[in-house]
Amino acid sequence: MNPLTMNHNLGLLADGGSLLFRPPSSTAAADVDRLFYFILAICVVFFVLITGVLSLFLVRHYRRPGQRVQPSPSHNNWLEIAWSVVPAILVAVIFMWGFIGYLNARTPPDDSYEIQVVAKKWSWAFIYPNGHVDNNLHVPVDRPVSLVMSSDDVIHSLYVPAFRIKMDLVPGRYSKTWFEAIQSGEFDLFCTEYCGTGHSLMNALVIVHPSGEFETWLNKTATFLIEITTVEAGKLLYARRGCAQCHSVDGSAKAGPTFQGIFGAEHRMASGEDIVVDENYIRESILQPQAKVRAGYRPVMPTYQGQLKDEEITALVQYIKSLK
Amino acid sequence: MNTLALNRKPDEPRGGTLHGEPTVNYLHCSRGWKSWLLTLDHKRIGVMYLVGILSAFLLGGIIALVIRLELFTPGKAFLSEDRYNELFTLHGAIMTFVFIIPSIPAALGNFLLPLMLGQKDVAFPRLNLASFYFWLGGAIFFLIAMLVGGLDTGWTFYTPYSTTTSSTVIAATFGIFILGFSSIFTGINFIVTINTMRPPGMTWFKMPLMLWALYATSIIQVLATPVLGITVVLLTAESLFGIGIFSPELGGDPVLYQHFFWFYSHPAVYIMILPAMGIISELISVFSRKPIFGYRFIAYSSIAIALLGFLVWGHHMFTSGQSKLSAIIFSALTFSVSIPSGIKVFNWLATMYKGSIRLATPMCYAVSFILLFTIGGLTGLFLGALATDVHLHDTYFVVAHFHYVMMGGTLIAFLGGLHYWWPKMFGRMYSEFWGRLSCLVIFLGFNLTFFPQFILGTQGMPRRYARYEPEFQWLHQLSTIGSLLLGVGLVMAAAVLVHSLIRGRLASANPWGSATLEWTCDSPPTHHNFESIPPATDAYDYQDLVFDDEQDGYVRTPAEEEPLPDDAQQPVLI
Ligand code: HEC
Ligand SMILES: [Cu+2]
Repeated sequence: MNPLTMNHNLGLLADGGSLLFRPPSSTAAADVDRLFYFILAICVVFFVLITGVLSLFLVRHYRRPGQRVQPSPSHNNWLEIAWSVVPAILVAVIFMWGFIGYLNARTPPDDSYEIQVVAKKWSWAFIYPNGHVDNNLHVPVDRPVSLVMSSDDVIHSLYVPAFRIKMDLVPGRYSKTWFEAIQSGEFDLFCTEYCGTGHSLMNALVIVHPSGEFETWLNKTATFLIEITTVEAGKLLYARRGCAQCHSVDGSAKAGPTFQGIFGAEHRMASGEDIVVDENYIRESILQPQAKVRAGYRPVMPTYQGQLKDEEITALVQYIKSLK
Repeated sequence: MNTLALNRKPDEPRGGTLHGEPTVNYLHCSRGWKSWLLTLDHKRIGVMYLVGILSAFLLGGIIALVIRLELFTPGKAFLSEDRYNELFTLHGAIMTFVFIIPSIPAALGNFLLPLMLGQKDVAFPRLNLASFYFWLGGAIFFLIAMLVGGLDTGWTFYTPYSTTTSSTVIAATFGIFILGFSSIFTGINFIVTINTMRPPGMTWFKMPLMLWALYATSIIQVLATPVLGITVVLLTAESLFGIGIFSPELGGDPVLYQHFFWFYSHPAVYIMILPAMGIISELISVFSRKPIFGYRFIAYSSIAIALLGFLVWGHHMFTSGQSKLSAIIFSALTFSVSIPSGIKVFNWLATMYKGSIRLATPMCYAVSFILLFTIGGLTGLFLGALATDVHLHDTYFVVAHFHYVMMGGTLIAFLGGLHYWWPKMFGRMYSEFWGRLSCLVIFLGFNLTFFPQFILGTQGMPRRYARYEPEFQWLHQLSTIGSLLLGVGLVMAAAVLVHSLIRGRLASANPWGSATLEWTCDSPPTHHNFESIPPATDAYDYQDLVFDDEQDGYVRTPAEEEPLPDDAQQPVLI
């Protein structure tokens, strides 16, 4: 099921996908594909027609010794009207079809399940009604889900190819989109509005749970901090809340410094002062990243003020502390 | 009637280049760098533009190859994400603003427009020179701004990414505005020249279609470019005085920037494609020896496209959260522009019907253009339709589509035009064999590069990705191999042309059998082009043009005689 883990070279044709498309996995996807194939048919007909006529003329009227131009009209009203009106009608049909599909895609049904989406460089946060925040989008199958989206920094765009949906997340306003998954499994979610260094890594998974299992999953995750150790919780948060996009734990540099072995080390700040990394410094780095910027790095870290609970920050601190 | 020296021996130089007699052409009439840099001659300015934009094209092209090589593997090959982002920004910005927009109007147009009108120069030669220096200054300023700032915003400079991450976005936009000024100057010059300097007998509807195309292009250049100026002012006002215009933190609207940007940049797409269509109209007619089919329609549609092109910018923002109503209106308007563009293709085909078609190198480019532009245009239907656009927007499908239109369309037409007017510009013929072969290699390389990208797009590969999922790799690899082939083809074409400058056969005044006025003066033209303004003849009347072995070109025979089988003597060139 998982398009990410299956045999990649054969991936295109597997699972009911075609050479052109991933398997249509939402209620709207099949509609979009139908319109696509309708336009494709028109394109093929016209392309074959044009290429055919072009080749025919090239062969028939190729300049050979003795061959000369034969008289032919330099314009013909009926012909010209025909080749203007026929394409115009076809184009009108394409337009109507496209616009009806678009209206459906922009109008979520009233009973849809609502999930908040917040994008920031370069991670996604999906916020569920019970307060749980996840870096992957978990949804139930066969139920309309609407996404209420906003961005913390620059414009991002949420794109799920298997669902054929895409919508920009613009700072300073909410945007909305919706879908109804018709198949359980995991699907790629990409950011399609260019947003800088980590743009191409700003992806996530849509995990469609089989019917009934979504609620179980949701109830379980809501209590995960209680059931596991603080360090484990920190590790989970590190992956889920986007820290992993910019901070490695193995010593390699990304947009931000690695977490490996930083606890207790002395770091030079851009302002010139030296600081020893302790619990408070980490806490401040998370809540007010621009207060002390480490030398050699650009001040791109987003603030997590108001987005992480106290115990979550503690878990992160403990996790970083554990990385010797 | 014409300035041909009719009784010259075939092996003697034509256009009097080598021995300074009987006439001195514009390339040799004066010497020294000053005579070029300070020239007011439209032909020399055209040649300087040509050198300039081709250098920009070389730079943009090398960057494109580096990008394609990086994309050979899904993970990191040799570029960090940041370098990759800077390079695709440079590639896009150089190709659109520094190369393609000025390519046909400023380089070829400058050279041709007065010649096609039988004139000595454009209406305002000084303004013309100024436009070149604005282009040069703008290009340098723009490149410096991008390199110094390490600009990585993409050529679209979308806010708030551009305003929050880089300090030089205002400088870069200002650079484009300077480049735009050079467009405005050229545009004004062309409009005035065409309006006031047509030779006796050349009414509007007797103009060659290339002039209609340049006229329509000039209108867009003059009307659209000022919007860039407004954008610069607003960006500056925001950053200096903190007036909230685009920045959400100050209460502005980032999407407003996209409206401003596309209000200029969408019409700019027509600045690129309209003159290309003009070239193709000339080529198809000349190499089929048939008057263009539906002349009036093509002329009117150039103007219609120029005006309607101002009303479709919103189709770049179907997923930006603009209101449903505006999305629907922009979709409808977009389709309405597609019709006249499509019909032109039918007109070109009808022109070839019952003609006498010669597949010389320029015609090979014209045929490539028809095929590639058709694909580019037809794939636009998927993007104009709202439901499919939502899926395809900002994926490789869009990348493939606009390369088919910009490169398969404008660049191929530019190359066709360059090969067609080359003998006129430099007085030399190139090897037809190598010319056609390089055209074929370019055609194949182009398709191998960009066709796989359509499939990448429908499969969901977003654009501007330094890294990607392994499932996309085989398509990316095809594309990279294609781009290398395309590079080989372009280098071949360049070699063919440069070789002709040194070794090429001397060109006659009218080597292709064209009926427009520029082919009645010497190849290359003298400093003053024409001894006196020639009376306009029918631009598409090939009846009494006969190939003359002695001239190695076509001459007009008096029309009273019974017209001869006009092509009997024309050797079939291989
Ligand atoms: C967009 C990229 C990005 C994301 C996402 C991000 N950071 Fe950072 N972070 C940075 C950069 C760049 C720096 C260095 C500059 C600075 O100090 O602000 C940094 C610095 C830090 C530091 C100080 C490190 C030192 O060696 O001085 C800590 C601690 C930290 N981040 C924690 C986090 C945590 C925890 C998260 C997730 C909740 C996170 N960051 C998410 C980019 C990011
Ligand atoms: Cu993004």
